[in-house]
Amino acid sequence: MLDGSSVLGAFRECGITDVVWIPDSQLGTWEPALSAAGEPRLIRVCREGEAIALAGGLLLGGRRPIVLIQCTGLFEAGDTLRNIVHDLKLPLFLLIGLRSHLAAQKGKTADTCPEFSEPIVKLWKLPYVILNESSDPAALVAEYRKAQAENRAGAVLLAE
Amino acid sequence: MMMHRDALEVVAQHRGDRIVLTTMGSVGIWPQFSDTPLDFHYIPSAMGQGPALGLGLALAHPQRGVIVFNGDGCTLMNLGCLVTLGNYPASLYLIIIDNGLYEVTGGQPRVGAGRTDFAALARGAGITRVYSFDDLEAWRQGAAEALSGPGPTVIWLKVEGKQGQKTPSAPRPMREQIARLREALTQP
Repeated sequence: MLDGSSVLGAFRECGITDVVWIPDSQLGTWEPALSAAGEPRLIRVCREGEAIALAGGLLLGGRRPIVLIQCTGLFEAGDTLRNIVHDLKLPLFLLIGLRSHLAAQKGKTADTCPEFSEPIVKLWKLPYVILNESSDPAALVAEYRKAQAENRAGAVLLAE
Repeated sequence: MMMHRDALEVVAQHRGDRIVLTTMGSVGIWPQFSDTPLDFHYIPSAMGQGPALGLGLALAHPQRGVIVFNGDGCTLMNLGCLVTLGNYPASLYLIIIDNGLYEVTGGQPRVGAGRTDFAALARGAGITRVYSFDDLEAWRQGAAEALSGPGPTVIWLKVEGKQGQKTPSAPRPMREQIARLREALTQP
């Protein structure tokens, strides 16, 4: 199960040094665990593009950050993602909350996020897996390690 | 009012061994003063994200220090960066080069040119070390103090804008810049 405690454990297992984030309502439930942890360091920013650029600076400086944002923030952050991943070619890793993804699968939402989230991740050429709250944290660890081993960017999309 | 080149020449005299991250018009000027592995030209860029990139570097290397040259238009594209900077006691010196123009696209005026008070914005974002200069001699006199001491620091320099400027290019490709910077950061 992916909750604050297990995600924190997964981040530590990956050797992640910094969590740069703007939470959504689901990621936000991890706040107590992440803010109390100290390591990895929790870094709060104002906007998702800023989160990606800040993580880019951390990567340039030899740290191992992860960016946690919602899909709506990804929509805003496209140019920065393009720049950090495709111009600077830094191995950025993100965990992105997919708002209304589960409801959309049941045909029970009018939210337009599910229509665009996954296609946009594909358009930005960001390798990804989709997990949900019931997933084993080991899947998160495996995806992160795979991206690191291949020295490339990657993402876990968290179905909400 | 200062010329952009003269404003940067003053910084070159005080940068020490800090990383210098340039954006936009400063990319084309800074190599006249310094071309070391610690000079990082953020081009191609995501406009407005220079301060965030610099903050990441400053947090990764807190003893090193980072100077970021950012344009006024760039700063307005990510004004929230001031609040983020104000939240972290990092050795980051953000120099806002305010020419009132989008210079690298030919010199179109930016919104609010001549009315935007970047010092007030920085203070309002919680940054306490804020300096502003619109005169070269005053900048020469104040630079040592502004570019020393704890960060974050915001320095607002009002410079003359130029029409018809071309988009600058970095002295070397990004991949080479990154390799040089990373190598330099492994040195004590």
